[in-house]
Amino acid sequence: MAYFLIFISAIFVNNIVLSQFLGICPFLGVSKKVSTAAGMGIAVTFVLTVAVIVTYALQHWVLDPLGLGYLQTILFILVIAGLVQMLETILKKVSPSLYQALGIFLPLITTNCCILGVSILVANGTYNAQGLEPTLLVGVLYAFSTAIGFALALIIFAGIRQQLATVRIPKGMQGMAIALITAGLLAMAFMGFSGVDHGIATLAGI
Amino acid sequence: MNCFKTLVNGIVKENPTFVLLLGMCPTLATTSSALNGMGMGVATMFVLICSNVFISLLKNVIPDGVRIPCYIVVIASFVTILQMLMQAYVPSLYQTLGIFIPLIVVNCIILGRAEAFAAKNNVLQSLCDGIGIGLGFTIALTLLGMVRELLGKGAFFGHQVLPESMNMLVFVLAPGAFITLGLLIALVNSIKNRKAE
Repeated sequence: MAYFLIFISAIFVNNIVLSQFLGICPFLGVSKKVSTAAGMGIAVTFVLTVAVIVTYALQHWVLDPLGLGYLQTILFILVIAGLVQMLETILKKVSPSLYQALGIFLPLITTNCCILGVSILVANGTYNAQGLEPTLLVGVLYAFSTAIGFALALIIFAGIRQQLATVRIPKGMQGMAIALITAGLLAMAFMGFSGVDHGIATLAGI
Repeated sequence: MNCFKTLVNGIVKENPTFVLLLGMCPTLATTSSALNGMGMGVATMFVLICSNVFISLLKNVIPDGVRIPCYIVVIASFVTILQMLMQAYVPSLYQTLGIFIPLIVVNCIILGRAEAFAAKNNVLQSLCDGIGIGLGFTIALTLLGMVRELLGKGAFFGHQVLPESMNMLVFVLAPGAFITLGLLIALVNSIKNRKAE
């Protein structure tokens, strides 16, 4: 049940974009069309899950035993950059159709702060694990749910922006200004979920 | 004189937050109060100045094909230094900013300036650009933090100025960040439009 709670909490209650403020750049940048937003969402889910496994292993089996914790930031960003490059090459060889769909998003992901951010959170065990031990399995579940939350927010936002493009907007408000205000209203809607995780926890008796 | 021009350019004409719209994550996340916003701005400015100077010193040594990974290593090293300094001297601010300090590495402003400015200009120019853009970012973050703190908590840099009954808590929470930044950008845009006419 606690696993389910992590899933729900990461998607709705503590949505990575709308309440944690990670991954805002792609959220504002690639949200003009629903189809592109869906592609970006899938690419992030894929990369984030793999990146968390690799960085967790690196932190717990290399950095911690050798006492090199201070190298975390440098090594993680390099590993993520290398990993994205590697995934791109592998995808190109193994599944050209998937590469066609996700290819253009992969280079953008290196500088997506939700990848590095969630990797650091999971490696340090400083995320909300709902009372479970922050092991690799729990970390991967958390990262996967977070990415689903990112994809959900991105797709909803792209849907709204597609409608917004057909409306007349005052001149100064056009572009990013109205997009940010829309995102604010969306964040307000997601605030309606706050407390749901406590409710489920009480019901399940955790 | 030229240096002064670069500096002003970074603060006004190419303001990273209001004009270039870069580095949105820390802008929204750390501005729940003016002081936090300012702290984040100064921290980013430190990394930006150091990496700009260092990269413009090394620009003839770094091979073109691997320049982006090299820039990232330089930036990440300065972020690590910053992390250690903040942990030692301002531990409370370090706690509040939390995950967003290591995330300065992926702030697009820094890599963007390295690629667009430091790699093409001399050391002095790059230093001025770093200071200018850094100040522009700090001013924007402080302004955003001030507005949010005033509307949300009725305080100005931590001093209570408005009665508690006038607080609108939503401005301190996540939606307020998006809405305040959206309105500030709209304000800047309409001033620009009026000037153009």
